[in-house]
Amino acid sequence: MSEFLQQLVNGVTWGSVYALIALGYTMVYGILRLINFAHGDVYMLGAFFGFFAARFLNAARDPSPFKALLVLLSAMVACGIIGIVMERAAYKPVRRSSRLAALITAIGVSLLLENGGILLFGPDPKFFPQIIPARNIALGMGVTISNQQILILSVSLVLMFALRFIVLHTRTGKAMQAVSYNPMAAALMGISVDRIVTFTFMLGSMLAAAAGVLVALQNPKIEPLMGIMPGLKAFVAAVLGGIGNIPGAVLGGLVMGIAEVLVVGYVSPTYRDAIAFVLLIVILLVRPAGILGRNVAEKV
Amino acid sequence: MNPDVLLEVDRVTMQFGGLKAVADLQLEIGRGELVGLIGPNGAGKTTVFNFVTGVYAPTVGRVLFEGRAIQGLRPHAIAKRGVTRTFQNIRLFASRCCRDNVLIAAHHHATAGLSDALLRNRRFAEDERGMRDRADELLGVMGLTEWADTRATELPYGQQRRLEIARALAGRPRLLLLDEPAAGLNPQESEQLMRLIEDVRRRFELTILLIEHDMKVVMGICRRIAVLDYGIKIAEGTPDQIRSDPRVIEAYLGEEVTVPRAKGS
Amino acid sequence: MKQLAGLALILGVLGILNFVLPQALNPYFMRVLMLCGISVVLAVSLNLINGFTGQFSIGHAGFMAVGAYGSAMFSLHVGAGWVRTLESAGAPEAAAQGLALLVALMVGSVLAAIAGYLVGLPSLRLRGDYLAIVTLGFGEIIRVIITNVDAVGAARGLPGIPGWANFFWVGLAVVAVVVVSRRLANSTHGRALFAIRDDEIAAEALGVDTTRYKVLAFVISSFFAGLAGGLFAHYNAYLHPNSFTFLKSIEVIAMVVLGGLGSISGSILAAILLTVLPEALRSAQELRMVIYSLMLIVLMITRPGGLLGNREISLDFLRRRRSAGRA
Repeated sequence: MSEFLQQLVNGVTWGSVYALIALGYTMVYGILRLINFAHGDVYMLGAFFGFFAARFLNAARDPSPFKALLVLLSAMVACGIIGIVMERAAYKPVRRSSRLAALITAIGVSLLLENGGILLFGPDPKFFPQIIPARNIALGMGVTISNQQILILSVSLVLMFALRFIVLHTRTGKAMQAVSYNPMAAALMGISVDRIVTFTFMLGSMLAAAAGVLVALQNPKIEPLMGIMPGLKAFVAAVLGGIGNIPGAVLGGLVMGIAEVLVVGYVSPTYRDAIAFVLLIVILLVRPAGILGRNVAEKV
Repeated sequence: MNPDVLLEVDRVTMQFGGLKAVADLQLEIGRGELVGLIGPNGAGKTTVFNFVTGVYAPTVGRVLFEGRAIQGLRPHAIAKRGVTRTFQNIRLFASRCCRDNVLIAAHHHATAGLSDALLRNRRFAEDERGMRDRADELLGVMGLTEWADTRATELPYGQQRRLEIARALAGRPRLLLLDEPAAGLNPQESEQLMRLIEDVRRRFELTILLIEHDMKVVMGICRRIAVLDYGIKIAEGTPDQIRSDPRVIEAYLGEEVTVPRAKGS
Repeated sequence: MKQLAGLALILGVLGILNFVLPQALNPYFMRVLMLCGISVVLAVSLNLINGFTGQFSIGHAGFMAVGAYGSAMFSLHVGAGWVRTLESAGAPEAAAQGLALLVALMVGSVLAAIAGYLVGLPSLRLRGDYLAIVTLGFGEIIRVIITNVDAVGAARGLPGIPGWANFFWVGLAVVAVVVVSRRLANSTHGRALFAIRDDEIAAEALGVDTTRYKVLAFVISSFFAGLAGGLFAHYNAYLHPNSFTFLKSIEVIAMVVLGGLGSISGSILAAILLTVLPEALRSAQELRMVIYSLMLIVLMITRPGGLLGNREISLDFLRRRRSAGRA
């Protein structure tokens, strides 16, 4: 029982990281119907920006919560800028082309970030400095949680609520909803669709950057290709929850994280990468539009 | 079972969430008839087509075609039994030429299989020739011969409407459902089209159910008309009976009856 | 009769080239040429799903893997024995190996086609992107299974596959996939696929069994993906699960989209381009993949409909152009 609870704690932590990445996928998809394949690589960049910020602040030798926050924020800002540049330079020119053209562009951007990363940072893994020294806290019943896990969970929660607030209660957020519902009508209502799309990319990229830094706290080995698998699985998580649906992305991320940790714990770590997809196929066969997604029939 | 009844809609209700698009509809169409289905916007006319052709399965009730239940079958299976349709919001195969559009709809009458096509044997060549001839004949009937090799979307609007009909005919239907075939046409064009529809019906011995928003258009060619309002059949009878039915007048009151409708609406 | 003559001609030409090319080209060019051929088979076959039918598969590497491992296992455990028996009975080497290879390729392709059938089935319920994700999932599951099954070498890879595939066989596979695609395109079955791409609801209402045709597209397409995998296995003589990651699927999609969706000649052209390009950029070393990805982005921005749109390069097309020019 205690082992199961321990797995659950680890699964929720890991799942909240997936959720952060999945949010970016789902927001961009909701607005552009584009699978932004480069999103996982933004997560990788987040970890690297955090790495450089930490080195610059000398946060490893002299750690403080303030510095850790600074590392997180600088990675988020840097990736936010990357998101804006990415959208303006690569995606905007193909927005009126076919969805597949946009998809191939996204693949191109993804390859560019990965290989650019190899070129700039080198192909070998780097080690993220210990800006928050690890400490385990007993929760009772034999379950422990590390302070890093608590940090991952709480930062994820704060960011998710911040996103929720932005989307539901700010003008820009309401405009995002409008564009996602019907871009043409939104434009006719005087919403600058271009600005909203760019803003969405920025927001998604910032969340991915946060995920990158948070993961690097726990698994300090970072390298330019580290974003591929988490990116892919976060995307699957977004589909699981119902792509385009923000609570769905969070739910999908949690389901995915927990399922993965349980498979590693009880089946075999080598099947870890397969479980995401088995889960996906089973859920899609039962609910073709994802857990929270609504199946919209085409009007005839 | 009355053998003269080709299609029977037997107390069908079609519900979308809280909305009853069609409620308890009873409708019979006899062999060889040309029946008009009219009603104001949002009356549920297209919904009737959608459950007859299998796009939706009715929530309650049965649909009988030639005495056999077809409700809940997939659309292609219903098409194969002899029910084809046109679409109000023109749905042509955009990347293909007119002839291909017609050929696609004739597809379940092909006799050559996949292996014949891959081997390009004589059976395939003959089948293909036969299908092409028939497609060209249909294009001729609808006055589209000169457009045969033109991409469907490059056709003028009126011709696109005609191609929709040619395509629906290619499946050799016994029941043809036409969804506002005259929408967006001017009065002369629409009168011409109605005459053409009557010709087609005689020539191919068809039964036709015709949706029209504009009452006046159907009055001329339909001998029987059913009127839907808010999903309920409020009247059925000859054009004269319909014209003088107070419920019909009320349903249409405040609606500009003759306004030609904009493209794509 | 005419067709048989054509076939004989093709076999003859391939046979001669198979003899001449290795002497005319250095081994490196020969290798690039072979990889181009395999890429062409992959791209043209994926075009059947993504181009003709308008469905979206991101699992082509999975089908390729099924064909590669299936045929390799057959050759290792059965085919090699046949070749030994035949050769000791006095059969010529090329014939014995050719026969064994042909059977191995068919085994791999049929296995891949069965996988394609299973993956295509959910298309009854799933639309668009959701179906795409299922294909992605399939590809990943296949790879993880291969990585875990010891009998096929697991993560160590599968060495020692007989290197029977030569230019003749790769060329023949290219001819086969192109001929099948073209004949399909010009038949009622191909038209049904195009109809699904253009308007699925209209196609269904006019009697096209859309599920059946989507599954058909998956079956034919994955058959040829399996064939490409089999050729790759018997050319490379070594298989590793990392050759079949989702990046491989992405690479093939890039070929199809870059060539112009639905265009067979476009797929061929783009497959060659995207296979040769990384090789040509080899001298740029680390910059190689950066340039490759930049070119992909720039090409998509400047030619979003692909190199050829949905046109075909053919003698017919050139003729029509000329007559149009005259008029």
